[in-house]
Amino acid sequence: MTAMDFQALAPLLVLSAGATLLMLQIAFVRNVSLTAGLATLVLVIAALSCHQAIPSGAQLVTPLLKADPFGLMFCGLFCLAAAATAILSHDYINHHGDQPEEFFLLLVLSTLGACVLAYAVHVASLLLGLELMSVALYALIAYPNKSILPLEAATKYLVLSGAASATALFGFALLYAATGTMEFNELGLRLAGSASGEALLLVAAAMIFAGLAFKLSVVPFHMWTPDVYDGAPAPVTGFLASVGKAAVLVVLLRLFLEADLFRYRILVEVTGLLAIFSMLAGNLLALLQTNIKRMLAYSSIAHIGYLLIVFMVCINADNRSLAVEAACFYLIAYTATTIAAFGLLTLVSASAVERENVQLRELSGLFWRQPLLAGLLLVALLSLAGIPLTAGFIGKFYLVSAAVSGHHWVLLFSLALGSAIGIYYYLRVVYYMTRRPREHLQAHAITRTWRGSILSGALIASILLLGIVPGTIMQYLRSILE
Amino acid sequence: MSMAILIGLLLCGGLLAWLAERIDVDLPRWVTLATIIIALLYLVSIVAALPREQFELVPDPRDGASWLLHLKLQWLPRFGIAFELAMDGLSLLLVVLTLLLGLVAVSSSWSEINFKPGLFQANLLWTLAGVCGVFLAVDLFLFFLFWEVMLIPMYLLIAIWGHEKKDYAAMKFFIFTQASGLLMLLAIVVLAWQGLASSGQLSFSYFDLLGLDLDPRLGWWAMLGFFLAFTVKLPAFPFHTWLPDAHTQAPTAGSVLLAGILLKTGAYGLLRFCIPLFPEASAQFAPIAMALGAAGVIYGAILAFAQTDFKRLVAYSSVSHMGFVLLGLYAWNSLALQGAVMQMVAHGVSTAALFMLAGALQQRLHTRDMGRMGGLWQQVPRMGACALFFAVASLGLPGLGNFVAEFLVLLGLFAVQPWLTAVAALGLITAAVYALWMMQQAFQGKPDDALQMDDFNRREMLAMSGMIIALVWLGLYPQPVLDLAQPVLDSLQLLVAESVPAAGAGAMGGGG
Repeated sequence: MTAMDFQALAPLLVLSAGATLLMLQIAFVRNVSLTAGLATLVLVIAALSCHQAIPSGAQLVTPLLKADPFGLMFCGLFCLAAAATAILSHDYINHHGDQPEEFFLLLVLSTLGACVLAYAVHVASLLLGLELMSVALYALIAYPNKSILPLEAATKYLVLSGAASATALFGFALLYAATGTMEFNELGLRLAGSASGEALLLVAAAMIFAGLAFKLSVVPFHMWTPDVYDGAPAPVTGFLASVGKAAVLVVLLRLFLEADLFRYRILVEVTGLLAIFSMLAGNLLALLQTNIKRMLAYSSIAHIGYLLIVFMVCINADNRSLAVEAACFYLIAYTATTIAAFGLLTLVSASAVERENVQLRELSGLFWRQPLLAGLLLVALLSLAGIPLTAGFIGKFYLVSAAVSGHHWVLLFSLALGSAIGIYYYLRVVYYMTRRPREHLQAHAITRTWRGSILSGALIASILLLGIVPGTIMQYLRSILE
Repeated sequence: MSMAILIGLLLCGGLLAWLAERIDVDLPRWVTLATIIIALLYLVSIVAALPREQFELVPDPRDGASWLLHLKLQWLPRFGIAFELAMDGLSLLLVVLTLLLGLVAVSSSWSEINFKPGLFQANLLWTLAGVCGVFLAVDLFLFFLFWEVMLIPMYLLIAIWGHEKKDYAAMKFFIFTQASGLLMLLAIVVLAWQGLASSGQLSFSYFDLLGLDLDPRLGWWAMLGFFLAFTVKLPAFPFHTWLPDAHTQAPTAGSVLLAGILLKTGAYGLLRFCIPLFPEASAQFAPIAMALGAAGVIYGAILAFAQTDFKRLVAYSSVSHMGFVLLGLYAWNSLALQGAVMQMVAHGVSTAALFMLAGALQQRLHTRDMGRMGGLWQQVPRMGACALFFAVASLGLPGLGNFVAEFLVLLGLFAVQPWLTAVAALGLITAAVYALWMMQQAFQGKPDDALQMDDFNRREMLAMSGMIIALVWLGLYPQPVLDLAQPVLDSLQLLVAESVPAAGAGAMGGGG
């Protein structure tokens, strides 16, 4: 390993060292504020080291990991999202868990898993990252031990996600049997040499796809999503919905790009079909929900559907750079927005131990009770709905542009239809928040901390900045994706 | 820069009004009033500084420099999107109308709003800012942005300060406009990508996208995307169903803004974007569009007659009147276009006044049901007189603005579609039926002597007399308004005639 390699791997090293440090710190002194602060610091340093490493360009560090701007950018995003989660969790987990310190250790480990996924160019590192992220998530979901729901959610997620990982693993084994390699790049070359219709390869592709689609909760592999989202503690749901999904999508995109799987039209077309199903089913099912977490769960299914459009666009090599750029921007926007939406649910539920305040009616009149928090949710919902001046709109605009450049009209109409349906359930929350005092029962009091206020302000600002002056980010994405 | 300052002024005024609530509950409405007056004065000062003859020049629609004002700032170079605003006679006319009706809206909400008046006034000003943006934006991306953003404060106005079924009405309003807007976004992106294919340069600027050589099928679909977004907003039959609900449930100021200016953004969009960008597809589509317009005229009038709710009646009458605009636009000759522009202005004023009246009645009687009114003239003669004036204006009494507008539309339409003209002319009769029916129900008949209600006060009379003068002026001497819009209409007609030579000047529909 050279010095360059160390610099390229710096984020992973910082996270690993940080996890060890946190473990030691907890062994000597138990202090939530100290642990939370330390974890946030580690995550921020890791994010900065990503930024530092980006200019040095793409390089392969061992056959397992590839440090290129694409992966590093997402590493930085994941670290920042995790830092926001750590700040949000502080008050929440204090009320919900007996010994809250290890929560942050698990969070850092899960982030490390997500970052490994962003680096992965090899099946082994893919599986390592996936499992590191998922196993830490099982524990994170089950962490609050004062109510039964998180335990139920964690068990469900453990069983189903374990099965999905096993399926994907088996698929990779078959792929190895057929091609004799586990490197993405090499895989592409060997596949080009072999006959494409081989039964073994087809089975392998189906199993890998099913396993990863499960993690992304693409229809028809989405059944677990609402239950797990609902049961998991709100900050963890935010992390799972943003980083957990984005990391898998990044590695899937990388697998397709490096091994040039876009050659297999049928595979990409299946992805497109599932995208349409996800957009429509996610949005339609979200209509029926009165629990905001379940609603956001279905809406996240729809958003992954929107994102899968880029796979279809990538079929044409000319449009590939625009498609990847669109995916990157959409993921950034989606991560910020999701963290904001679940962040609000965390902030309003910090002291609610038995059951989180996630029913629609519990947010009634929030506008008049807590304007800042209501503003956070308003901005997040408008961004999810894709209304201009928010990050979500620019993301959607990117997707529409990419799809138009590839003439994918059916996908475009599904996107428009899905978004139109989506407006209803997003706006319903806004309507509840604006109900006047006499129209709702006086609900529980919400205490606001300075940490929550600062983070709310920062999230609102970032979503609006991404929506109003996205020029800088666009330029940045262009420069690193070349 | 002056146009950006104008919009910024309204936005900042909104913020200020919101904050002013903390100092005093009465302050926000004064802040709003002051903001709109300053904006108007500012606009007048800019326009007065322009050389006289520039108003008579026929601007080149493809060259922003020939317009009255033009501003272009880099925004998103990645997609060739700029913060580009431009003003010609037509947009100037509509911006002035917007600000004047803004004054009416403030006046009508003066004593109506008790709950969070600061936020109310802020939303009012933000709506005005959004609408001004729509009238000024010439970058299609920016236009879409304003188009969508103006909905949010309007949604909040209805959802927070509306009447009993406000949640349903606000949601319906938002979903209708938003869903159709998404199709327009698709059409805009398709158009821009076509521009990229033909010129090698990605741009969303109106000036660059005019006169593109489009694949006919693609052009047809993209035109439909624009058409749908604009006719939902207009609203034209059969996309009008959101309008009666939104109007009825909105607070008075909301109805005034909605009827007075938000509907005009649809008409403006058709005139400025839909037809010039897709001249061939529009020529083919004109008969259908005109049929929809005529259907709207008759259907709106018949439904208006069937209403018992005062505001609902006025709302359906809007559907009927906006049908004339659609007819005039797609007849696409000088007379009909002049009529359509006149109708935009005259209908804005007359309907705003009728909604203000309806709001005043509801505030005093706590009902909009005309069955529970009757004989009100005795208690409130001033209100009755105003109502009579605007009712006859609405039915098209010669000498008032609406008559000029509808007459011009019919005259222009006759050259293109004589039979359709005959059908649409029936609308004038039915308008008389519902307008007079409204008067009889509410103000005539047996008075209720036990009823105690205040007549219009000085503030309300001021707003009313302003609008009365405007309508009389529009009816007797409409030339200044026509002169302002004429060069723009001429230039658009020239442009379309270049692309659709078969249709020739004056009969775009005839070619279809």
